[in-house]
Amino acid sequence: MRDVRDALMMARNSDGKLVRRPLSPHVQVYRWPISMALSIAHRISGVGLGIGTLLLTGWLASAASSEQGFERFQSFLGSVIGLFLLFCWSLALVFHFMSGLRHLWMDMGRGLDEKEYEQTALAVLICTGVLTVLIWLAGLIVW
Amino acid sequence: MPHVDMLRSPLGRARGLGSARAGSKHWWAQRVTAIALVPLTLWFIWSLLLLTGAAQGDVAAWLGSPFRLALMLSLIAATFHHLQLGMQVVIEDYVHQDMLKLALVLAMKGLCVVLALICAISALTLGLNS
Repeated sequence: MRDVRDALMMARNSDGKLVRRPLSPHVQVYRWPISMALSIAHRISGVGLGIGTLLLTGWLASAASSEQGFERFQSFLGSVIGLFLLFCWSLALVFHFMSGLRHLWMDMGRGLDEKEYEQTALAVLICTGVLTVLIWLAGLIVW
Repeated sequence: MPHVDMLRSPLGRARGLGSARAGSKHWWAQRVTAIALVPLTLWFIWSLLLLTGAAQGDVAAWLGSPFRLALMLSLIAATFHHLQLGMQVVIEDYVHQDMLKLALVLAMKGLCVVLALICAISALTLGLNS
């Protein structure tokens, strides 16, 4: 026994010999399947978008305060840090959106067999990449 | 033997531990706001693209339409409601100390209400004064 908790995992086998009970592998030793990575990314992007609501709040509140205040906020969004934050926000938003659609689909009991489950996961990743790039291309053309 | 049709022990019940019987409502509200946010988010991204590099006057004029202002307020309400439901689950999943968990959930919900109000009041100020 390496740990006191191991005491709970000791048992006797049919020969009466003291043996260590088999333990299921811990989360850290699993290979990361795409579905598991996506599930965790959905949560992380959700928390990120929560922080991102500060951008929305800043944008609206500065617009409501004064013309100069809004200009200052707009030029912050146009700076390197601002653009980086906006990019992270847009990526998280598109991903959470696509992944959320997949979750709603699964909530209806669809797409739960292994093949479709992995196919939709891959589709979420591809759509996220393509849509984010398209949004930024459109934004940069308008800008 | 008396017939027992529940799995919880009487002691567990007396201690008040276990389900608060509000889980399905929480789950459902998370889905309802998610569905509402599908069209609202698409509209918002589209609007942001049109407003890229806009001056304050443009934003005010844009929110001057009652239709857009209504959509904006709906987006704010759905976003922050969805956010606080999701963040509550995340906090409850990872924080196991009761008092800290309670404090974090309350602080997070309070912050969401304040941010939602700032957004809504700003949108109304812009839209109604333009």
